[in-house]
Amino acid sequence: MAMPSLELDSRYEEKPKLLLLQPINGPFKTALSQKFELVKADESPLPLPTFLSTHCLQIKALFILAPTVTVDSSLLDQLPSLGLVAAISAGVDHIHLDACRKRGVVVTNAGETFTPDVADFAVGLLVDVLRKVTMADRFVKNGLWMGKGDLPLGSRVSGKRVGIVGLGSIGSHVAKRLMAFGCPISYFSRAPKPNFPSYRYFSSVLDLACENDVLVLSCALTAETHNIINRDVMVALGKDGIIINVGRGALIDEPELVRCLKEGVIGGAGLDVFVNEPDVPKELFQMENVVLSDHRAVTTPESFKGVSELVIANLDAFFSGKPLLSPVSS
Amino acid sequence: MEKIGVLITHQPLPYLEQELTRRGCRLFRLWEAPETSRLEFCRENSAAIRAIVGNSNFGADAATIDALPKVEIIASFSVGLDKVDLVKCKERGIRVTNTPDVLTDDVADLAIGLAISVMRRIPSADKYVRSGAWKKGDYTLTTRFSGKTVGILGLGRIGIAIAKRAEAFDCPISYYSRTEKPYPNYTYYSTPVDLASNCDVLVVACALTEETHHIVNRAVIDALGPKGVLINIGRGPHVDESELVAALVEGRLGGAGLDVFENEPHVPDELFGLDNVVLVPHVGSATIETRTAMADLVLGNLEAHFLNKPLLTPVV
Repeated sequence: MAMPSLELDSRYEEKPKLLLLQPINGPFKTALSQKFELVKADESPLPLPTFLSTHCLQIKALFILAPTVTVDSSLLDQLPSLGLVAAISAGVDHIHLDACRKRGVVVTNAGETFTPDVADFAVGLLVDVLRKVTMADRFVKNGLWMGKGDLPLGSRVSGKRVGIVGLGSIGSHVAKRLMAFGCPISYFSRAPKPNFPSYRYFSSVLDLACENDVLVLSCALTAETHNIINRDVMVALGKDGIIINVGRGALIDEPELVRCLKEGVIGGAGLDVFVNEPDVPKELFQMENVVLSDHRAVTTPESFKGVSELVIANLDAFFSGKPLLSPVSS
Repeated sequence: MEKIGVLITHQPLPYLEQELTRRGCRLFRLWEAPETSRLEFCRENSAAIRAIVGNSNFGADAATIDALPKVEIIASFSVGLDKVDLVKCKERGIRVTNTPDVLTDDVADLAIGLAISVMRRIPSADKYVRSGAWKKGDYTLTTRFSGKTVGILGLGRIGIAIAKRAEAFDCPISYYSRTEKPYPNYTYYSTPVDLASNCDVLVVACALTEETHHIVNRAVIDALGPKGVLINIGRGPHVDESELVAALVEGRLGGAGLDVFENEPHVPDELFGLDNVVLVPHVGSATIETRTAMADLVLGNLEAHFLNKPLLTPVV
């Protein structure tokens, strides 16, 4: 008698357990729960340490939805069987990579799934700040075009010298887009990137700022890049210079940024990220030379679908002992 | 250009006014005359006026030209000359110049900027953050720009500059023009409706002529559809504005980024409350760099004419 053995096997096979610390819903929850048994710490009345010591000693994989949870030594110590932290973000500054590595825990991130959207958003903010698009939109929608107000001239985008801080996946896509606008590209990173011979390399951010009209921040937030944009860098960028930040808020010394914008040390800024989101320094709300957004660079259906598929593929690979798709190197 | 009388139709860039004065021109400031007596102002000064400097909104119609029998040249501070009566100029032997090319990059930059602003809702994000309403966990779903098909109405200099930029975002390019052009990577459609049916973002980048008046009509808007985005950096009358407003208000069109309007500076106020619409006040070439270059072309053309040298950018 022919038995549909494969089908039966997979139907009755126990699903691997996946630990969640944050609430999740929508189609992504459905997709995850089809493949994994979701162990949801957030829904338990137990305090987290009790929940972890009671239910999670055998847990091998942890999913981190938002960077509001910190994965540090103390959390890892409570999960002795953990082998994988699957993050949904591109930046993993909320996950202590050294602590993970010491315990043999691997970390995966969004890989390149967010790259087109974040690169588009950086270019959008850049054009917006230089050409005063948001300011002009506010001007027209407030009915000021009927001769009552005056809108200052913008500044040309084409030909502006753009310095990219961190020429990773996102940085290189920003560069590719801006090349088509006729913008000469240079960059700062730990080491020169031989793949991009037409971009000029700077070994210091200060030198990069001296030689450019625009700085685009697209590097990971680490101990070395924390406050990498300080007052000296902004002074070097100069009074017509602008900063676009699609990385992390803490790449910039935020109080100094506010001061530099107020004092005219730099010309303007386009900011999608802030140090204490969703708190934004209130002084920025009154400024005409800044464009502010609510960390929305990745909020498209394409990015969400891409990252959901990638998280599941990483988990599948992990549980079946195959190579991970987007491991983070520390 | 010592003592040559120049009629300026609009308040010009301070740099242009300074340079004309420095060259010894006598300036006649038409925009300072009351609107009802401008023809009279022309007639009164007609003995002295040998040149007109106009722009895209304030050119020279037949009546103005008739009132100025000594005019030899109209140097427009614009690319478009739809506000200059070119037929009349030909009859009278008046030379006409514009300022091509110098604003191509700016207009193309703005077209891409508007498309990203509309699709990623940048002005509405800015308003949201400034209002202090941003809370943890909130987000607005927006639309990816990269990879979307960009359809261009009019593949001239500006259209090609837009295409070149959009290609760097991996956007397939398609276009409509009267005839197919030698760009094998771009898909040609022989009607605006076919183009609109087959693209996600439709950019108006053609010249305004009788044939292109209302080239974006209800049929084109419906073909673009509820997920489509219209970008107009051409001229207001390219778009049937009341149909556009109706489509946006009824949700039949996904969004719009508009630099130009049918009755500038009037903008339909139904659009003011829409987050999927980005409105800018005809600033396609409004950069310090371009305005200075345009002024230099106006000055260069006037100088060439009065020194009997070849014009730099003649149209007539």
